Amino acid sequence: MKRVYVNEQWCLGCHLCEYYCAFANSGLSDMATALKGTRIVPRIHVEGDNSVSFAVSCRHCKDPICMQSCIAGAIYREDGVVRIRKEKCVGCLTCILVCPYGSLTPDETGIAQKCELCLQNGSGAPACVRGCPNRAIVYEEREDAV
Amino acid sequence: MNPYLIIGNGVAAAGCIEGIRSVDPDDAITVVSAEKHPVYSRPLISYYLEGKTDLNRMQYRSEDFYETNCCTVIPGQAEEIDPVAGSVRLSDGTTLPYRKLCLATGSSPFVPPMAGLDGVRKKSCFMTVDDALLLESYVTKQSDALIIGAGLIGLKCAEGLRDRANSITVCDLADHVLSSILDGDSAAIVQRHLEANGLRFRLGDSVRQFSGSVATLQSGETIPFDVLVLAVGVRANTALLRSIGGEVGRGIVVNARMETSIPDIFAAGDCTEGFEMTSGQNRVVAILPNAYRQGFAAGVNMAGGDAAFTKNIPMNSIGLFGLHIMTAGSYTGAPTEERTETTLKRFYTDAGLLKGFILVGHTERAGIYTSLIREQTPLDTIDFEAMKKIASTSYFSSDVRRKKFGGVV
Amino acid sequence: MGVELFYPEFEVVRNYDRCIACRVCERQCANEVHSLLESKGIMISDESKCVNCQRCVALCPTRALKIVKSNCTLRENANWQNDTIREIYKQAQSGGILLSSMGNPKPLPVYWDKILINASQVTNPPIDPLREPMETRVFLGKKPERVQRDETGALKCELPPQLELTMPIMFSAMSYGSLSYNAHASLARAAEKLGILYNTGEGGLHEDFLRYGKNTIVQVASGRFGVHEGYLRSGAAIEIKMGQGAKPGIGGHLPGTKIVGDVSRTRMIPEGTDAISPAPHHDIYSIEDLRQLVFSLKEATEYQKPVIVKVAAVHNIAAIASGIARSGADIIAIDGFRGGTGAAPTRIRDNVGIPIELALAAVDQRLRDEGIRNSISLVVGGSIRNASDVVKAIALGADAVYIATAGLIALGCHLCRTCQTGRCNWGIATQRPDLVRRLNPDIGCERLVNLLTAWQHEIMEMMGGMGINSIEALRGNRLMLRGIGLTGKELEILGIAHAGE
Repeated sequence: MKRVYVNEQWCLGCHLCEYYCAFANSGLSDMATALKGTRIVPRIHVEGDNSVSFAVSCRHCKDPICMQSCIAGAIYREDGVVRIRKEKCVGCLTCILVCPYGSLTPDETGIAQKCELCLQNGSGAPACVRGCPNRAIVYEEREDAV
Repeated sequence: MNPYLIIGNGVAAAGCIEGIRSVDPDDAITVVSAEKHPVYSRPLISYYLEGKTDLNRMQYRSEDFYETNCCTVIPGQAEEIDPVAGSVRLSDGTTLPYRKLCLATGSSPFVPPMAGLDGVRKKSCFMTVDDALLLESYVTKQSDALIIGAGLIGLKCAEGLRDRANSITVCDLADHVLSSILDGDSAAIVQRHLEANGLRFRLGDSVRQFSGSVATLQSGETIPFDVLVLAVGVRANTALLRSIGGEVGRGIVVNARMETSIPDIFAAGDCTEGFEMTSGQNRVVAILPNAYRQGFAAGVNMAGGDAAFTKNIPMNSIGLFGLHIMTAGSYTGAPTEERTETTLKRFYTDAGLLKGFILVGHTERAGIYTSLIREQTPLDTIDFEAMKKIASTSYFSSDVRRKKFGGVV
Repeated sequence: MGVELFYPEFEVVRNYDRCIACRVCERQCANEVHSLLESKGIMISDESKCVNCQRCVALCPTRALKIVKSNCTLRENANWQNDTIREIYKQAQSGGILLSSMGNPKPLPVYWDKILINASQVTNPPIDPLREPMETRVFLGKKPERVQRDETGALKCELPPQLELTMPIMFSAMSYGSLSYNAHASLARAAEKLGILYNTGEGGLHEDFLRYGKNTIVQVASGRFGVHEGYLRSGAAIEIKMGQGAKPGIGGHLPGTKIVGDVSRTRMIPEGTDAISPAPHHDIYSIEDLRQLVFSLKEATEYQKPVIVKVAAVHNIAAIASGIARSGADIIAIDGFRGGTGAAPTRIRDNVGIPIELALAAVDQRLRDEGIRNSISLVVGGSIRNASDVVKAIALGADAVYIATAGLIALGCHLCRTCQTGRCNWGIATQRPDLVRRLNPDIGCERLVNLLTAWQHEIMEMMGGMGINSIEALRGNRLMLRGIGLTGKELEILGIAHAGE
């Protein structure tokens, strides 16, 4: 299946992916309106420093430990995409305790959120990929998926 | 051919069903359920009281879970296993034959003998959804609740009840809260937060005697209450296997394939004890993630596949009134910490490996720490000093990251 | 620092209704123009550092930024213009030669824009390139004067070494050192994909790019940096650089700060040393000397590779070209005075040399007059901006053109003309790893290929319009050109009639 991969050789650490992610998940049509004056809580985050940086988002593991560990049964897989039923999540954050990639975060309300490849919003394709100015984030099929 | 038989209908059982179905899509599965509810998430009962979920959303799987997995759920209590005949007798006399058996019997509240307990009218344990419903029926805005036990269950119960009751007092023999996962030092931060949120504590003390709706503590203090919650601890339900001579310690002893010492009998979930990597010993690690993963492994093996439940460590993520606490592993070896007035990150390292951690307040990307324990990552291969401050995969080498993320570096 | 005598040239205009303080401008500006005012949570700018490279403008996700020319102005004076005064202030402060980058920005005549292309009507009808075959392939190198046969009467088919190009365009010399690794990678990969050539410049050839050898011209310049036998053999052709359009008569100077890591190894000089290319080749003081070097290089490569001699377009270019044609060189490359550079003294760049259009016309005519036009191919560069410039250059007599600035623009260059600072925000003219990373060669190569594929289509359209289906038939076909608004003298030099004639 297609996943979001980051090639750290080309990641500029510009953090635009985080903003495009937050915008895509805002449900609004104008970025300035959506994000002005807010502290964004994106589902992808850039790590590293000026010498090496890379964006991290959900790997959509074949054997997702977050899903196995979710105490509410709120995390599920659909066509390979690991997703959250937000209405079931109670915000215990066990998923954060077990994800070895640090891919999950609490949202503004304390409920767990993660990259769902922009399937849950109107973006169409992952917004981080489209917004990356240096093609460091790609959405493609690879064999070596975890 | 006889069906797969699962005793218990909790999360371990659900894992077992899905494990079996991942290998064998067809053959019959029978589930013996002591509770009348379909599988639900036990830890959510406090969130139910708190109003963060409801009975419907607490369902661990969808409504058609048993149907789509071709399972027959039989209500009842298993009484005895006949390992020779390969059958289980229920309390109503029914005998259920099995091809492979999985014991997913969970645990039961442990209530120590306390004088006058029988005379307490409104009392409950806090294990099942029925317990939660019972408490819900007891508690009013005027209620003063007394909770015996300041562990995970007791405190989550306290959180669930806080807005429903007039006052909540938590009493525990231990001298600090969450004594199974925190030390006194880290517990103090948590206790301050809980007290700021209206809980009262009587620690290092226990009930000498109940007289109707008054508890008299060993210290002599008397605490009037309307509702009593018993959350002292839990014991694994091991009797079924013990009675046929199976190996049992604090829990049913299982190997990585979730096999018990008796052929064709598997066990999974809170009723088991298995090898725990940070202590190097068999331990009962009664947490929901393990229940599911053990159940799944057992199911795969029952159906003829080959699965192992490994990298077993204790871990807990608990939120109390907005303060998140995460712990994992064993607290052995040298501790180092980063702390502020209201937050704490403490790491225990031994022989160049991370063995355990306590995080209070700062829990971002904690799974990266957990993975260091589970993967036994040599700390000299990463920038652990920086990692302690901020959990980040940037402190791994590029090579490791490439393997982790499948990216071209 | 004392009083700044000049108001900043540009203003950063930020639309605070749109700015979401994402700080991408701050992170992407190597000149440190933008910063977050933490106390108020808003972005602020220090305009005095802005070079107007537009990186922030391009990346701002809410289009909250624009850079405008400051309208803070001195009293108008047609003689003492703002730029002139600014330069004086700068020199009064620094005591140094003014440096500039990229091509001459002065409003000097661009003859391409005063030349019009013909089209067929009624007779000799136009050709539709989408329906008919259209040949843009060219071969560069010496062509035989006449058909030759051996004693048995069979045709002699051996030609001197030729360069085959799918279209009459090559990337001209830009060194690794002045350009980033990723810019070079983009050029090399694009040249390979397009079936054309790129040029190492005098920075040597990075070992990673050896595999693009058949699409590489290796340059030998006065500093001889990075030149060794393997280098000469690894390219498809060798170019002797005698001069450059942006700075005729001037050598080169890559500061030691840019001679780091791979750049040092590739140039074969120690890290941190200044790479100084002398103004002359110290072994060339005559055409005869040049001939010696041409044949030394041919000897070193077993006469398998064409040798190019590149010179700047200067006053007596026709005579110089004639000499070069007789030196044994296979190709002459002429660089006009609007050609780009990574760094040149401003006075030289803006005042020395002549326009490539006039030089090309003069050289082509001179070589024809002397009957030696076929003994050498003619490549011209120095601000070829689009496909019509290419067509006009070919019709004026060029075999092919060199482009560079257009390629850099395709890579993202916004012509801020501060290459010499080494802080190129687009990752093109810099060696700073965090900046170099900004140019992903996957994207760079793709954009260069797109650009020249588009130009090729346009060239074919224009050729078709003229009823010409082979680029060879356009070469030197000055009847296809007309001048507009040119003096009789200019028309005479260009060898074209005026529009309406």
